[in-house]
Amino acid sequence: MARMASRRRKLTFTVIAWIIALLIFFPILWTILTSFKTEGDAVAVPPHFLFFHWTTENYTEVWSRSSYLLHFWNSVVISIGSTIIGLIIAIPAAWAMAFSPTKRTKDVLMWMLSTKMMPAVGVLVPIYLIFKNTGLLDTRTGLVIIMTLINLPIIVWMLFTYFKEIPNDILEAARMDGATLGKEILYILTPMAVPGIASTLLLNIILAWNEAFWTLNLTASNAGPLTAFIASFSAPEGLFYAKLSAASTMAIAPILVMGWFSQKQLVRGLTFGAVK
Amino acid sequence: MATLHTRASARLMMSPAVILLLIWMIVPLVLTIYYSFLDYNLLTPGAHNFIGFTNYRFFLTDPTFLISIWNTLLLVLGVLLITIIGGIALALLIDQPMHGQGIVRILVIAPFFVMPTVSALVWKNMFMNPVNGLFAWLAHLFGLQPIDWLAQVPLLSIIIIVAWGWLPFATLIILTALQSLDEEQKEAAEMDGAGIVSQFIYITLPHLARAITVVILIETIFLLSIFAEILVTTNGGPGTATTNLTYLVYSQALLQFDVGGASAGGIVAVILANIVALFLLRVVGKNLEA
Repeated sequence: MARMASRRRKLTFTVIAWIIALLIFFPILWTILTSFKTEGDAVAVPPHFLFFHWTTENYTEVWSRSSYLLHFWNSVVISIGSTIIGLIIAIPAAWAMAFSPTKRTKDVLMWMLSTKMMPAVGVLVPIYLIFKNTGLLDTRTGLVIIMTLINLPIIVWMLFTYFKEIPNDILEAARMDGATLGKEILYILTPMAVPGIASTLLLNIILAWNEAFWTLNLTASNAGPLTAFIASFSAPEGLFYAKLSAASTMAIAPILVMGWFSQKQLVRGLTFGAVK
Repeated sequence: MATLHTRASARLMMSPAVILLLIWMIVPLVLTIYYSFLDYNLLTPGAHNFIGFTNYRFFLTDPTFLISIWNTLLLVLGVLLITIIGGIALALLIDQPMHGQGIVRILVIAPFFVMPTVSALVWKNMFMNPVNGLFAWLAHLFGLQPIDWLAQVPLLSIIIIVAWGWLPFATLIILTALQSLDEEQKEAAEMDGAGIVSQFIYITLPHLARAITVVILIETIFLLSIFAEILVTTNGGPGTATTNLTYLVYSQALLQFDVGGASAGGIVAVILANIVALFLLRVVGKNLEA
């Protein structure tokens, strides 16, 4: 009897949860479906859910516009470039704070966190003018610089929480066995630190890929990443739902996949290690 | 000797990150403060005279300023309310035994990875459009008059769009906290005859307090500067109905080229954000130490 009841309970929860999950996911699903429709089917009332003329012409059309490739490439360069530079700057800092902490380490970390709380709009004007005067406006270099700076605190924090978990005893044991500093780093620390560095990398690529304040304000047709390119569909003459959907699907697909792989790290990274 | 040496090298290892962030924090902010006292418009070249607090007076007495503060407040609180309550409910649901839990989880967190410009345009065109949007079609199905979401209830529409993106975030964090809850404690409470509701209030909710605080803190930081969703859907309108503080400063700077005025607005935004941050950090600090 009890088993029957628990099985029924499980079934009920399964049904409810799946319905709600599909509702939440629906806008994405609908975007993907619409991307395979003709423009006519895309705006049809009542809407065609599955029985429409499936076509991939939106993809070929969006893709063949040479600008799509450029914006996609901009997104790749800006998100990966800023993340890697950020890691190069942050790894030594987080390393030092985790392995030779001082009384002020906590203060430094909190201060870094506080820089994240400065509203972007508070520094929009000077950054815009500096970029304008130095020719950085609408360049990938400019955006890589900004993106590195705004995500640096998160990178340092995330790495710090990961490095903190590497037990000091292991280092001491290695030293007792006569390991040199080089060997210590190469054989002991690196393998233990790699997973943490990898998840930091992943999360920051996601954040930089989706950033949409600086990318919209500092770029135009040259260095604009996909966030800015998609925004150009907001003009009334650009209202082609199927093409918008195809461009959107391609813009979110890589990040969606990366995001699913990094769900666990996401919690940790975005809460600065406060929730694990 | 060794400690002195490591301490010096530790300082050296930290310096690039610290120096860069220091520059990033100080230089633009000082420039913003400086500009905010100048009569400086990009359209009128020539000397930029020092005009004291005139920019602040204009910005703070502009009726749009109060509206934008109110809109910012509604936007932040609206999204927080939906995502926290929805997040707790969803996390409790997903935590139950069920088939395909992993897939349910993946579907629920997906919206968080959608870039703001995509989610805003998809909702605006394919859902909220009064002619061929899905909501209009649903309204017709039930015999209702479809509404033009972004024209009739613009701020609510933005709140819905933004909340859709942040609900997964709240859910994921609360779920993570939920899964670290000690089952024995709940079983003990059950043995003592505690009902589901009192179990939730006295055991689950206190356990989630920290996670919820963190969600509020982080969401608030991001929600105070919502921008892209407004830019691509309503441009702050109709009128000023969806102009938040971020959008107001943006329009002053990059649409009206008023460097001085926009800088004054930027400083006001920084001060307000700092008040919020101070308050939140204190609450969170207390919660995190415990």
